[in-house]
Amino acid sequence: MLSGLYNYWIAILLMAIGFYIVIAHSNLFTKMIGLNIFQTSVFILFISMGKVDGGTAPILSEAYTAYSNPLPHVLILTAIVVSVATTAVGLALIVSINRRYKTLDEHEIEQQELEQE
Amino acid sequence: MEDIIIIFLLSLLAITAIAIIFMRNMLSVIMLGSIYSLLSAVIFVVLDAVDVAFTEAAVGAGISSVLFLSAFAVTGKRQVLKQKNKLIAFVTVSLTAAALIYATSDMPYVGDPNAPVQTHVAARYIEQSGSEVGIPNMVTAVLASYRGFDTLGEVAVVFTAMIAVLLLLLRREEEELDREK
Repeated sequence: MLSGLYNYWIAILLMAIGFYIVIAHSNLFTKMIGLNIFQTSVFILFISMGKVDGGTAPILSEAYTAYSNPLPHVLILTAIVVSVATTAVGLALIVSINRRYKTLDEHEIEQQELEQE
Repeated sequence: MEDIIIIFLLSLLAITAIAIIFMRNMLSVIMLGSIYSLLSAVIFVVLDAVDVAFTEAAVGAGISSVLFLSAFAVTGKRQVLKQKNKLIAFVTVSLTAAALIYATSDMPYVGDPNAPVQTHVAARYIEQSGSEVGIPNMVTAVLASYRGFDTLGEVAVVFTAMIAVLLLLLRREEEELDREK
């Protein structure tokens, strides 16, 4: 049964990649992309939990009796919309940081701060 | 057959994410991010989450990419992509991932109809939502009726985010006005 836990492992791998990008990349813009990868990995984790073998999409129909769990789908729908809202706030912050420091590299920003003191 | 499709798509997703780490060009990072969202939307379709899939395709792959591209256009094209503290980051991330993978060892398999997540409140949504709410799409029934307050909270979050973005972007214009004076 390779596929039994495979979804979860890939979700964890994607989470690790997103986490790595957030820590290791010094460009704030790339950090936002890393956060997005992290978020999507959580979506895949939840949707995998809701899957039922032999089930179909949770839309009532007389032809089917087994459906996948609709609850994770609802939670993730909310999460997707909220994630875009937070991405927009993050990018607005990045734009105003770039206007002030003329760079998006966190180490250069740190240096400029030290020079000002 | 379905298993093979899911494994193939998930592997593609992992390859895309790994490619993002090694990209040197900001534009390719953004485009790969968009491809990543689209691939995950396809995976949601295979996993029966059609509503999530079209939201992810429209909002995740569409609006997010537009936001990233417009922010990229404003912040300038000469971004240098560097990585620092690679070893510390790799060790931290590996430890976290190893702990989580250990935690999956007692999780129910994907698709198990007797998993705890399937046996509590979900059964009621599937059996009763048709007669209680009266629409065939269970996801909409739960979103708008059973968990309507969650959706109200979501609207509050989106509204707050909009105000925050406006405040952040408009503040600059005041500074410019001050300088002109």
